[in-house]
Amino acid sequence: MEILVCARRVPDTSENEIQLNRAGNDIERDELVYSINEPDNYAVEEALQIVARTGGTVTVATVGGEDDEEILRREMAMGANQGVLITDDAFSGSDGRGIATILKSFVERGHYDLVLTGVQAEDGGARVGGMLAALLDYPFASLVTSIEVLDGQKLKIAREIEGGNKEISEIDLPCVLSIQTGINEPRYVGMRGIRQVASVPIPTFGASDLGIGACAVGEAAAKVKRVDYFVPALGKGAEILRGTREENIDKVLELVAAKGGLK
Amino acid sequence: MARIFAYIVHKGGVVDDSAFELAAAARKIDPDSSPTALLTGCGPELDAACNSLSASYAEIWKISNEALAYPNAELVRKALLKVLPSNSIVLIAHEHFGIDLAPGLSIKMNATFVSDVLDIAGVDGANLKVIRQEFGGQASTHVHCDVSTGAVVTIRPGAFKPAEVTPGSSTVIDKSNEVGSLSAGRRYLETVVAEAGDVDITKYNVLVSIGRGIQEKDNVAIAQQLADALGAAVSCSRPVVDAKWMEKSRQVGSSGKTVKPKVYLACGISGSFQHLAGIKGSPFLIAINKNPKAPIFQVADVGIVDDILEFLPELTIKVRELHSIAK
Repeated sequence: MEILVCARRVPDTSENEIQLNRAGNDIERDELVYSINEPDNYAVEEALQIVARTGGTVTVATVGGEDDEEILRREMAMGANQGVLITDDAFSGSDGRGIATILKSFVERGHYDLVLTGVQAEDGGARVGGMLAALLDYPFASLVTSIEVLDGQKLKIAREIEGGNKEISEIDLPCVLSIQTGINEPRYVGMRGIRQVASVPIPTFGASDLGIGACAVGEAAAKVKRVDYFVPALGKGAEILRGTREENIDKVLELVAAKGGLK
Repeated sequence: MARIFAYIVHKGGVVDDSAFELAAAARKIDPDSSPTALLTGCGPELDAACNSLSASYAEIWKISNEALAYPNAELVRKALLKVLPSNSIVLIAHEHFGIDLAPGLSIKMNATFVSDVLDIAGVDGANLKVIRQEFGGQASTHVHCDVSTGAVVTIRPGAFKPAEVTPGSSTVIDKSNEVGSLSAGRRYLETVVAEAGDVDITKYNVLVSIGRGIQEKDNVAIAQQLADALGAAVSCSRPVVDAKWMEKSRQVGSSGKTVKPKVYLACGISGSFQHLAGIKGSPFLIAINKNPKAPIFQVADVGIVDDILEFLPELTIKVRELHSIAK
């Protein structure tokens, strides 16, 4: 099976405190730790496991810039056969539909049986996979938590629905699936593995390579535009205990007891 | 402003709570609008769901079709495309079905798509201004959407207060004949119900709930010791289950269990909306997290900025001391 995984490099929210910049139009990016979007990493692991069972190749593609090569190398160190950087000045400022349009052109250049994305990225949009599938006229499933390859160009998949229940379906290939975290246990990638792929060439594709007109993507085509960032003010906010640890512990115990939690 | 529709999720003849939240969101987009409810399904359950909406929607469009008995996003999309007027604005709850349906629907409608909307900041001509969050709730953004060719907007469950119910009459319009036969590249087989697990976290008054901040599997014991001392159970957020440190049955959230404890100790939990959706009954929420920017502090009653791996063991010692004094 030929599998394409669409991945993205994002600020790692588990490693960073997100601060706004002075102008309020972006987050402070200088000190951020970046990594592959976590669900995308699960998607690559899933692709590798499918290929280990059925044969085939795994290609990891990202729409971005030079800095994003690092996640492609990381996923190649995991075992992906190829990394592809889809990059062009004309792509910058694309909205979800723009990114999906770019990826559609890339998918149509190849012969992929299966296209995987992570369920969502740092913007929590959960957009691109479903839009890409519709542009390609492929079947789509989101929040996928298991994949079994069946005979006759079909998969049996599970989706995560409410209350920990799973919805089981059959889906025709080629299709697009968005992968939920926890579907597998992604393998560890050491520095040594990354060094081994450090000089593997990464092909790049631009708008003209993919036959994408400038008016279909990029900022001019974007109908959805983020205009600023601000600090959320939801709810009343917690009363922050600012005592010593010992004082805070005493206070917690007092509160737990008062709320009927100490027997 | 274009006509606003709300796609209503229902099950067993009962509409999801989001039905009333979508009505509120629609009125915030256009106070003069009378949003139209859209329901798909079949049989008496569909009719019961339609009838239960009369107080919130003046007009209800139903599409009855045996193929839609189980909500398959691809089939629902095809059905909606047959009936929706061009340039419509369609609101959908941002939960597992909406995530499946909305992005592809927007493409096929040639409409703008914006997802997981928390609030409406205003409307300026065909410019719909919404508020979203990014980075797991650590930053909010204003997003401007050109809705001149229609829009699909998914609304975060719980973000809008349900519209006030004003008993009134509504019209149910049967659109079934406009749809015809439906088929899809994805076919529903069955639903597998979640396993019960060793501990039923829904039965406890106090939960010591752990998140990514627990850092490794061996540290789960730190939370278990505190829970034992308190007569509580250990629950967790999604990353702990993803990492296989705890069973799925311990997960609190929209894709896990819904709990109603008296006291909820959120330890090293960032506080994603999917996690918070599993905490009901307004427990007293104490959050302990190293990151002062963690969204959990916005919803907690009391917050402590500290390392749980140091804080929890000391708290456990104190609880044990109290018990020995009491004896």
